[in-house]
Amino acid sequence: MARTEKKKDVVIVGLGWTGSILGMELAQDGLEIVALERGHDQNTVPNFQYPNMIDELKYGVRLGMMQKPHNSTVTIRRDVNETALPYRSLGSFLPGIGVGGAGTHWNGLNWRPQLSEYRLRSHVEERWGAGIIPEDMHLQDYPVTYDELEPFFDRFEHVAGISGMAGNVKGKIIEGGNPFEAPRSREYPMPAMPTTWDGAKFAEAAKAAGCHPFPSPGGIASQAYVNEYGMQMGPCNHCGFCERYGCYNYSKSSPQTAILDALKRKPNFEYRTEADVLRVEMAADGKTATGVTYYDYKTGEEVFQPADLVILAAYQLHNVHLMLLSGIGKPYDPATGEGTTGRSYAYQMNGGYTLFFKDEHFNPFIGTGANGMSIDDFGMDNIDFGREGFIGGAYWRSGQTNGQPIRSMSLPKGSPSWGAGWKEAVGEWYGHSMSIGSHGSHMSYRGNFLDLDPTYKDPLGRPLMRMTFNWNPNDIRMTQFMKSKMEPIAQSMNPTSMQEGFKKEGAMYDVRPYQTTHNVGGSVMGADPKTSAVNRYLQAWDKHNIFVLGAGAFPQNTQYNPTGMVGGLAYWAAHAIRTDYLRNPRPLV
Amino acid sequence: MRDVPGLPSRRTFLKASAASAAIAGIAAVPAKAEQKPEPVALTEYKPDCLKPSEWAFVMAAVARLIPSDGEGPGAIEARVPVFIDKQLAGDYGRAADWYMQGPHDAAASPLRGWQTPLNPLQIYQKAIPFFDEWCKTTHGKIFAELDAETQDKALTSLQKDEMKIAPELREFFTILLANTKEGYFADPMYGGNHGMEAWKYIGFPGARGSYKEWVLKHNKPYPLGPVSISGERA
Repeated sequence: MARTEKKKDVVIVGLGWTGSILGMELAQDGLEIVALERGHDQNTVPNFQYPNMIDELKYGVRLGMMQKPHNSTVTIRRDVNETALPYRSLGSFLPGIGVGGAGTHWNGLNWRPQLSEYRLRSHVEERWGAGIIPEDMHLQDYPVTYDELEPFFDRFEHVAGISGMAGNVKGKIIEGGNPFEAPRSREYPMPAMPTTWDGAKFAEAAKAAGCHPFPSPGGIASQAYVNEYGMQMGPCNHCGFCERYGCYNYSKSSPQTAILDALKRKPNFEYRTEADVLRVEMAADGKTATGVTYYDYKTGEEVFQPADLVILAAYQLHNVHLMLLSGIGKPYDPATGEGTTGRSYAYQMNGGYTLFFKDEHFNPFIGTGANGMSIDDFGMDNIDFGREGFIGGAYWRSGQTNGQPIRSMSLPKGSPSWGAGWKEAVGEWYGHSMSIGSHGSHMSYRGNFLDLDPTYKDPLGRPLMRMTFNWNPNDIRMTQFMKSKMEPIAQSMNPTSMQEGFKKEGAMYDVRPYQTTHNVGGSVMGADPKTSAVNRYLQAWDKHNIFVLGAGAFPQNTQYNPTGMVGGLAYWAAHAIRTDYLRNPRPLV
Repeated sequence: MRDVPGLPSRRTFLKASAASAAIAGIAAVPAKAEQKPEPVALTEYKPDCLKPSEWAFVMAAVARLIPSDGEGPGAIEARVPVFIDKQLAGDYGRAADWYMQGPHDAAASPLRGWQTPLNPLQIYQKAIPFFDEWCKTTHGKIFAELDAETQDKALTSLQKDEMKIAPELREFFTILLANTKEGYFADPMYGGNHGMEAWKYIGFPGARGSYKEWVLKHNKPYPLGPVSISGERA
């Protein structure tokens, strides 16, 4: 029996970064808001507190903060001719669960995409002509410019509490910052974090090679900080437990440290946990939503929550899943190229070198998720795509994030995987290696997409979402280019030995090793309803009172970690809703 | 740089703790953590889920995967078999968090991840007798009764899948090795890494979790030994 709750002005699906941002912004207009979170409630105390949080086995290995595939997962196939199989245990990507979502267990790296990335198709066509675009690549511009987004990036960075060193303030290049970043209106809210030995060594080598190293920007507090909502952060103590963990020290940006306690004090905001949204309900005319139906794990019943405005603020995969289950947009069909929901799923193309130094001490347990030094000399804006034969770019970073010994044990190639030789190698090499990572863009393609699986279902009876994804030659060429540029710089550091980890031609998607939780696309934003699921304000083209937040909006993935863009777009959409949509609800485009 | 047993060292606090939470955690070290009685000998241990033949196999196998000779503890000194037994008896062994609904395609490419219908405990339960039988046929005795050199050979054959194990059991060596390393390096509260000897051996400070003063001491070895989540020090 379905229960019906009292109608609200706004229902928000998911209480992570974007749900918290939209909740906070819309609450300031006095709207009655309810946020529905499928997972449990959690806060710094008691859930993340010292010392229980810094338990590698429970959280790093058994993935205590992540969604349980038992309850929610996808199926995966590499192409349409393969039968998709469930992603039964987590590996390649790690969606979170509970209040705060993936915003609680991220590393904190926070970026704004480069100028060319907002208008990538135009950039390519203007510089090299459409002829260099592979035939199966869905290359698209964002339907919004950097100048339009800048105030909203700035807002997110100041709410989240980002530490960093500006390299370009209003066009003025600042020595020591990133000279290739898009111009920002002011400095980062906090100075950059100090770097460990690996980052310092890399910066020296990169500089000697003519590159421009700068401290990696991240949501890790370098000093005490209070944001506009009155939320406070304390300076980080470099404990080395960021990614996969909640921060016990109030130092890592998260919905918990930046927004939630302030939001919970708003009398017109309410949130319910263990409320798993099954579908968005539509009005008879099919043009608007009437609310959402969710499964209440606490009472074991279905609940209808009526609302005038529906904000999909779940993780990218879950937003797209919900759109497919609810009939928001037309499902993408790779055979005809028609439909937009699930179109253009993309990922991230990463690689790197590990360097071993027999006589140096890196103390790898001293780390933060955004530690170290980066360069953008091989970023999107700086590459001649026509000459190099690919479309894309990468930023590089060296900075240890943790020294947790079960997972972070780099051994020189040829070391035995067990036995006396392994034991000797871990004794000899733990703490004597460092790495340089290349974090690269990933384009979207006709053949990489999301739809509903015909076979597998979750415990609530919903068909699992099916991911069809494989690596493409363009992005392999990009990462091999990075390898060719990184090798001499790594070599110049004179390591005892070094080894590479870059994907090679013919690489097939392997779901087992962790790669990144930067799943993007599937609810792409665009100027044309034929090739995008939402408009420039993240409003569903076909149902104007539904807004779809998050990295699903990316037409193709940028070369950066997505959170800065996700946060900026959330403030951008919130602004459009508050200043325009609310006074006259309608399609904004 | 050892602290006096049972007495919190002020100097260590000041060096190791910036966050008040961290101070509270370390200051709360109860005297009993320092005087913990030696746990029951592995030969006397009553497993939670492993049967005697499985226990004998795990004891013998981990002793070769991380042997006792040479520097650093072996898996036996670290009490890894206790860790494995407890993990297999819990949520991990039952694959409680994983999606285990059929249909299953256990023979799919390994790149596609865990596809067997069996959970980790069931894999141990089915693979151990299979492997013991193979050892008997190939080397004359079950694994636990072979000499160390032959055991190493047999484990190498298992790692390379020379005996063509059923696809449902394909992950056996992978999880056996992973679980062994987990038991070696996890916090001691899970039954392995006894006395934090594995952390001491490699130089991991465990749950200290506070290094602000050492970030810019580039290329200088960190001086303090490990603490565990329950407050033990070594």
